[in-house]
Amino acid sequence: MNAPFNISSYASIRGRKVTLNGQHLYEGSHTEFSEFIKAAYKALGVKYPKFFKMDNLSKLAFLTAEVLLKNENLNLEADNNIAIVLSNRASSLDTDRAHQASIQDKDNYYPSPAVFVYTLPNICIGEISIKYKLYSENSFFIFDRINTDHLFTSASNLLETGKADQVLCGWVDFDSDSYEAFLYLVSEKEGKPHTNQQILKLYNT
Amino acid sequence: MEALKQELKENIIEQLNLEDMVVADIADDDMLFGDGLGLDSIDALELIVMLDKNYGIKLTDPKEGRAIFESINTMAAYISENRTK
Repeated sequence: MNAPFNISSYASIRGRKVTLNGQHLYEGSHTEFSEFIKAAYKALGVKYPKFFKMDNLSKLAFLTAEVLLKNENLNLEADNNIAIVLSNRASSLDTDRAHQASIQDKDNYYPSPAVFVYTLPNICIGEISIKYKLYSENSFFIFDRINTDHLFTSASNLLETGKADQVLCGWVDFDSDSYEAFLYLVSEKEGKPHTNQQILKLYNT
Repeated sequence: MEALKQELKENIIEQLNLEDMVVADIADDDMLFGDGLGLDSIDALELIVMLDKNYGIKLTDPKEGRAIFESINTMAAYISENRTK
């Protein structure tokens, strides 16, 4: 059976590399994520000051989405029925720890509102939605590892039921020194067949 | 007072992650919100925490913040009069 939908493009950030459709866009030598992602942001010519206020997970998700969606040359007023389905393993644990550290000592109790607002993993979807003016369906799932079957089913349902024209899907995980983002866009546009096997193949590329 | 203003500018840039800004970019009478530095509601909450943590000032009524956080000048004046540390 032919897949009715296609993966029109995909992007990843992992191992100090940023790629789009299999092509390397940027490679850094930084060992710290904060330094790497800042250098990548500047090298890729992104202009969005709010980026620096985001937590690590949102920076990772936002920049990967930015690489992918910028290449789509979207009309922000018309092409905004893009649903988002993301997933990861560590939820918002990195930021949860930072918040916990700020409330650990009762005599030095100064929780940061700017940290607290990122103590949910789906906030990164909000950051992407704000930039691209998306008022669409979205969800964030937690799995031990990328669950291509679940992503495939979710995206297919959204497209088949007309809830979205396109779906931005993938895996965005950040925990301590470990980070990995892999996003792809599914729609009726030309591209690679949207199948479970194809998602896994692109993820492993 | 000038030292306090300098300190406030440095703290605002660092704690509010104003990455592309330096102290010289902030004039003493620049509006911190709206058309000035463009700070948002979360930044306002961070400023309230900063008053408490750095200067021992607890704002019991968040509405007070509107006048206090208007500019570096208004912040410095309020802190000078009310600081406990």
